[in-house]
Amino acid sequence: MTAPARAASVPGDAAEPRARFRDLLAAEWITFWSLRSTPAVLLLGAAVIVATAVRNARDTLDHYVPGTGRPDTMRQVALDSSFSMVGADVVLLVAGGLGALVLAGEYASGRIRTSLAAVPDRCALLLAKALVLTGVLFAWAAAAVGTAFGVDQALLSDRGIGLSVADPGALRFLAAAVLLAMVCALVGLAVGVLVRHSAASVVGTILVLFFLPSLFTDTYRWTADVSHALPFTAWRRLATLSLAHARPSDHPATVAGSWTALALWALASLLLAVLVIRRRDH
Amino acid sequence: MIEVTGLTKRYGATTAVDRLSFTVRPGRVTGFLGPNGAGKSTTLRMVLGLQEPTGGTATVGGRPFRSRPRGLRHVGALLDAGDVHGGRTGRSHLRALARGNAVPFDRVERVLAEVGLGTAAGRRIGGYSLGMRQRLGIAAALLGDPPVLLFDEPLNGLDPEGVRWVRGLFRRLAAEGRTVFVSSHMMAEMEHTADHLVVIGRGRLIADEGLGEFAARAGRAGVTVRTAEPGRLAAVLRAAGATALPGQGGSLAVTGLDAGRIGELALAAGLPLQGLTARTASLEEAFMELTADSLDHPSGGTR
Repeated sequence: MTAPARAASVPGDAAEPRARFRDLLAAEWITFWSLRSTPAVLLLGAAVIVATAVRNARDTLDHYVPGTGRPDTMRQVALDSSFSMVGADVVLLVAGGLGALVLAGEYASGRIRTSLAAVPDRCALLLAKALVLTGVLFAWAAAAVGTAFGVDQALLSDRGIGLSVADPGALRFLAAAVLLAMVCALVGLAVGVLVRHSAASVVGTILVLFFLPSLFTDTYRWTADVSHALPFTAWRRLATLSLAHARPSDHPATVAGSWTALALWALASLLLAVLVIRRRDH
Repeated sequence: MIEVTGLTKRYGATTAVDRLSFTVRPGRVTGFLGPNGAGKSTTLRMVLGLQEPTGGTATVGGRPFRSRPRGLRHVGALLDAGDVHGGRTGRSHLRALARGNAVPFDRVERVLAEVGLGTAAGRRIGGYSLGMRQRLGIAAALLGDPPVLLFDEPLNGLDPEGVRWVRGLFRRLAAEGRTVFVSSHMMAEMEHTADHLVVIGRGRLIADEGLGEFAARAGRAGVTVRTAEPGRLAAVLRAAGATALPGQGGSLAVTGLDAGRIGELALAAGLPLQGLTARTASLEEAFMELTADSLDHPSGGTR
């Protein structure tokens, strides 16, 4: 057998379009939505958040005696009724779980090798995945928490204690919930890159986000610092309009510190994921 | 063109790939052969930048593959048919890959039709057979119309028709001037596919040569002759420049002359022949002989 004559021009190479990041975003958009379970989980999660708000509103109405309660206390009650701890837990599970599966799913199936052979620029690939993930969860959380807020306040308005987005603190309350979703997703993403196993990374994400806060109290300076730096505690501080009626603490969390904590978790997760995926053998 | 120079990969105390150097040229199909565990997949992964070499370099088209922002237009690769997510459809899997590399979607339909998955493309990959997954992996490798193609054990799970189709495809891709590098642990698979062979064992290069040269290495190639007077015939044949070694039951194992010439010489010397069998050089034998010393998992007693 002899080698066939070389073709006049070797295919490929010549007409390569410039590598644009938005092509990667579009690719990851397709990847994100092409699993049937993803829209199902998002829809179910949103439904639970709204249903919880409706139940809470009924509960609040049942226990409300007109004329009682200071105005700022009633504002907090109205806000908590639209997005409670249960809602936050659902956000944590949905966002953290989906985030964890973005890369753990690829590692578990071996798809990561196909992805990296198609996009050798690992940093760009990871950023595209992270952007699509946080973008989707931003929209999802805004829609779910926004709807919960709207429905809840509409029900409370029957007794005149409903709020609008324009009321003091309402926007911060909603923004904190949406930011929580985005941060949880990125924490999940980082745990997924580290653990690489689907089930283990989901469990790991829940351990970090959900159980870590319960280990630290405000008793000592350092435990308070650790506690306030955790995403869930930071969200809770931001969702609390005033600490005036909260349990007194020697080391109260600050609003600015809580925003910073959430932002740092997002950045640190992304950085960790990029460092690990760039160094690892696949 | 793929150039591998002094490529080495160590995992702790084990050396998977040991100072491997070879070049895979365009315009022909190069087989990448070695027993299980020889380091073929590790080498291919290093070529693709998936694994970092402990030493040495691997370049594709003169550049380390990992330095390219996007890969599909430079190298099409099928490493493992299982490197897909079972929850997606074949079409959405390819579309996501294509989109990231700015490959138009109509190209996705074209490669799906080419590999014969046109009707199965809308089904989830989880329900595909191994052969269908191999076809999907080949489709993904073809997406970017790349000048270099890598296939790791692409024939696994394919039916005979599929095997024939893949062979034809590889030959066509090579004839178009592309570099085609195909790994296998079965010599027989390469016999009708490759023009050139790179053979490794225990991570080391054993051979890097044309198929013909490789076959000639098989020491047992030649002709078996049976005659009543092997001693005399051997002298005649040696005089004609052949080597003739006594075999079982008075037979001679002859190399260096073909069967026809041996018959003529025997007739001229007046020696009646009782048997004359040409044994063509078997690539399988050459491969087994060459790699016998480098088997990681030798089966008991068969060596």
